[in-house]
Amino acid sequence: MAQTMSLATPLSRPDLRAALRRAERPNRLRALALALPALLFLIVTFGAPIGLFLTTAVRNPEVRHILPQTVSTLDQWDGQGVPGEEAFAALAADLARAKENSTAAALGKRLNYESAGMRSRIMSVTRHLGSFADGPLAPQFIALDPAWADTELWAIIKRNGAPVTLYYLLTAVDLGQDATGGIGRVAADQAVFLDILGRTLWIAGLVTVATLLLGFPTAYVISLAPARVAGLMLLMVLLPLWTSLLVRTTAWVVLLQTDGVINQVLLALGLTTEKLQLMLTRFGTVTAMTHIQLPFTILPILSVMKSISEGQMRAARSLGAPPLAAFWRIYAPQTLPGVAAGCLMTFILSLGYYITPALVGGPRDQMVSNFIATYINRDLNWGMAAALACLLLVMTLSIYLAFLRIVGAERIKLG
Amino acid sequence: MNTISLERRRLGDEPPTRSAAEDMVVFERVQKTYDGRTLVVEDLNLAVRRGEFLTMLGPSGSGKTTTLMMLGGFEQPTSGRILLEGQAVERLPPERRDIGFVFQNYALFPHMTVRENVGFPLRYRGVKGAEAARRIEDALEMVQLGGLGERRPAQLSGGQQQRVALARAMVFNPKLILMDEPLGALDKQLREHMQIEIKQIQQRLGITMVYVTHDQSEALTMSDRIAVFHQGRIQQLSDPVTLYEQPENRFVAGFIGDNNTLACELAGTENGLVVVRMQDGTRLLTTGPAGSPGESMTVSLRPERLGLDTGSRQGAHNRITARVLDKTFLGDRVRLALEAFGDARLVASLPAAEGAAIVPGCTVAMACAAADCRTLTR
Amino acid sequence: MVSKRMFLAATTLAYGLALGAAMAAEPLSVMSFGGAYQEAQRKAVFNAYAEATGRPVSEQEYGGEIAKIKAMIDSGNTTLDVVDVDAPTLLQGCDEGIFEPIDWEKIGPKSEWLPGTTSDCGVGTIVYATILSYDEEKLANKPTKLADLFDLEKFPGKRGLWKNPATNLEFALLADGVAPDAVYETLSTPEGLDRAFAKLDTIKDQIVWWEAGAQAPQLLASGEVTLTTAWNGRIFNANKEGRKFGMVWDNQILDSNFWAIPKGAKDIEGSLAFIHFAVEPKILAATAKYIPYGPVRTTAAAEVAPEDARNLPTSPANLTTSLTLDNAFWADHGDEIRKRFTTWLSN
Repeated sequence: MAQTMSLATPLSRPDLRAALRRAERPNRLRALALALPALLFLIVTFGAPIGLFLTTAVRNPEVRHILPQTVSTLDQWDGQGVPGEEAFAALAADLARAKENSTAAALGKRLNYESAGMRSRIMSVTRHLGSFADGPLAPQFIALDPAWADTELWAIIKRNGAPVTLYYLLTAVDLGQDATGGIGRVAADQAVFLDILGRTLWIAGLVTVATLLLGFPTAYVISLAPARVAGLMLLMVLLPLWTSLLVRTTAWVVLLQTDGVINQVLLALGLTTEKLQLMLTRFGTVTAMTHIQLPFTILPILSVMKSISEGQMRAARSLGAPPLAAFWRIYAPQTLPGVAAGCLMTFILSLGYYITPALVGGPRDQMVSNFIATYINRDLNWGMAAALACLLLVMTLSIYLAFLRIVGAERIKLG
Repeated sequence: MNTISLERRRLGDEPPTRSAAEDMVVFERVQKTYDGRTLVVEDLNLAVRRGEFLTMLGPSGSGKTTTLMMLGGFEQPTSGRILLEGQAVERLPPERRDIGFVFQNYALFPHMTVRENVGFPLRYRGVKGAEAARRIEDALEMVQLGGLGERRPAQLSGGQQQRVALARAMVFNPKLILMDEPLGALDKQLREHMQIEIKQIQQRLGITMVYVTHDQSEALTMSDRIAVFHQGRIQQLSDPVTLYEQPENRFVAGFIGDNNTLACELAGTENGLVVVRMQDGTRLLTTGPAGSPGESMTVSLRPERLGLDTGSRQGAHNRITARVLDKTFLGDRVRLALEAFGDARLVASLPAAEGAAIVPGCTVAMACAAADCRTLTR
Repeated sequence: MVSKRMFLAATTLAYGLALGAAMAAEPLSVMSFGGAYQEAQRKAVFNAYAEATGRPVSEQEYGGEIAKIKAMIDSGNTTLDVVDVDAPTLLQGCDEGIFEPIDWEKIGPKSEWLPGTTSDCGVGTIVYATILSYDEEKLANKPTKLADLFDLEKFPGKRGLWKNPATNLEFALLADGVAPDAVYETLSTPEGLDRAFAKLDTIKDQIVWWEAGAQAPQLLASGEVTLTTAWNGRIFNANKEGRKFGMVWDNQILDSNFWAIPKGAKDIEGSLAFIHFAVEPKILAATAKYIPYGPVRTTAAAEVAPEDARNLPTSPANLTTSLTLDNAFWADHGDEIRKRFTTWLSN
């Protein structure tokens, strides 16, 4: 009896773990139930739309849906020489249907991305379908536009018969596919995006450094100030956050423009003899962005500084460290979690800036977001917008992950 | 009000053979105010002797920590002088005072290992390489933390952190070590253990320590001398036994240990003893300062010095009849709440065996020696 | 029981009557480009329409983003009845089936419209021009021809240009001596494109780019630029507010706006009736009183007061060297050229 008891009483380890899970389950379910509304809200309004949007970076429905016959005919084509009459016939049939459904333009637009002029070629064939004579279609196509005798044109149609395309993503990193499907760099005058990407990183970096240089001493002063004064100073840091981004940016336009406040003051004080170009410059963009981002850098640093006890500096001093050494060896390293969090926040937010570079910056200061907006609003080229958004997202995530590796997740304190 | 003259007298009382060099620290007429209105420290005069363990004891807000901070160099006195080994140091920054400081929450550097923490003061004293390593190891051995050098403070228990703080404050052989409630965050058992350990280290090294606490038993256990602070003044400065046995005023009597303080008036003197009359007319023989007859005074009487009147108690001059209101069992002792001299309340503490038969409601005959009844005029 | 049924019948009837009344007064929803342009339309068109028909116009504004119209149509609830769109938007939207086809029977004879201002799904409304402009009060020596934009010796200082390859590449070729009718032919060749960029290179350091139409007169007013290209209506309005900006009509580039009906509009007959009203010669001519955009309907030109006509892009004196923007060219080559333009800007 006693033996049985002693065998039965201590549960074996896996059993113990299972028992713990069972015991904890009601608590976990309750916690889940509490978080569920927010979670669902996030999934429905944030996760899912973004996920769906990003898939448009590879979706390639146009050719497959609008030219089904052509695509299946071109399956037989080996890519050598102009395809046979049956391909032209299939294309004519497909385009006739496209005309009815008014989808030819969408097709033309899609093909035009890969080869300029395809839009008008498709539209012109579509318009002329009725006037084609009986008999072989190929010569009539070629008579309308000699480009129809170009193998590369057919290769593009064939390639885009696939349901997914790398076109947008490749273009976003200045790569392209040639007629045989090989991937290579695009021509120098078409290579836009890596440059923009680099510029986006550089501006975000400049803004981060500037906010740190201005924000760290500010946070330090606030953390040392008596409670009432500190409250007032914190209010002044936060105040800009209560004004809309657009208003703050416009205020910078007023300050920076050639006839603006800054230039007038400089001239009146005799510090400059001619008006400086401040608007539409990198300097203006970084200055305005720094101002807008400053609170985001200051707040995490401040919250960490407040948690560092006065005793730390005193201890360092009592142990023989002069004030500066005590600050750099003891105080500053302990602010690192806040500095890391503040810089990370500002850097990542800066990567996505749109309004400020658009209004204060010149053409050389436009960042990835500005191009995403253009592709969405003006060109209706959602594939390209999604590809650039993917790029921005990947960039942001990899910076975040690299940061976690270097600094360590537990050492980043957001507040 | 008399504190100043009292302290002056004490300083003057020192044996003439003691030279000024024997004083490690001297506070001369030091005052401190933060807001320009109230004095946190009022006219402080205090000498810390070389090699002694001096405790500044007092409730919070009594000025003891401010005094320590002024000595450490973190606060400047509003007026007065502070001498360290005869040198005025009021304007000397903390890093040039060569004082080890153990802070309330240890103030270990969280981003450094134990070894780096302990080695920190050596860096600023030009001690490098093997010599530094040896001294760090010695210091860690001394506080029994050898082998934990690579840990970070967050990986240590409270007691271990305390030891690191101690090692760090001692590794550079400072003239003086200051401690600001260093054991406050530890549980009772560990605290008592550390008290003994700190005291042993201090004695072994013969180092001067100034220790701040609000815990009177800690002060009694560790100190060579205790300065009792209250309202910015030193109320009494003496060794633990004198402090316990001969409190000089009501505050000290109440603050150090349990005490019965009973109102009375002076009746006269008799054989070198002071005779006082209690509320109900009972006469008690007491010791201590006397004033003029009829003056109202206080008698202080420790609970454990009030025993059952067995008739055989040595030197028991006073007999007191009291009614037992309540009895509390404390294990080795019992505690009696008594009513005597009319309606005055007092407490007695008896060995458990002696009090076994007593029940609340009965009347008991108690006795105490005249030497245990101290008159207090203030 | 009976009373309950009675009550239901009564409320249904009341509801039905109320609904009918609401339908009659349901405002017509029109979206245009805002600013001085829409204000002119309000004064000349919307108010007159409401007065004539009793149907009020509810106005909306947008910045010309086709995405906004497309999103509304994709949502399946087309709340707008009529939109004012620019030419590239009309072209793209028409191709993609974003706009309803126009029944010209209900509008008027197409022959009365200027060439290029009628479409299967849009009715031309005004013609505007991109012109060279300058501040008369700041320049003693006045520019007279487009080529002056590229003449840094005669006219030193910054130049404002629209941050878009369209119009700029055309201007570059025109200034380089290409005849207006050969511009797009030249631009279609790689050499022609290089030639246009090379011409722009000569003033690249001096260019300040503007994006919103209102920025161009601001750049002139603040003295930020000596010369700028601008939309003629913006300059006209600045002058009405007391500026003295000169306009150079030489080599103006013409483009037009259209009325269009978004796909799935609730009351297409109502929309057509509105457009018919809006392009009546008298109404079009009245618009020109408030903003100097030329009426696209030749029959309207006669109604314009002579003092206003002088400022119109469509005035014969201004049309001698003009170029009409080829939106089909830009639809085909825009993507590629814009990328080149962007790299060119960054280097």
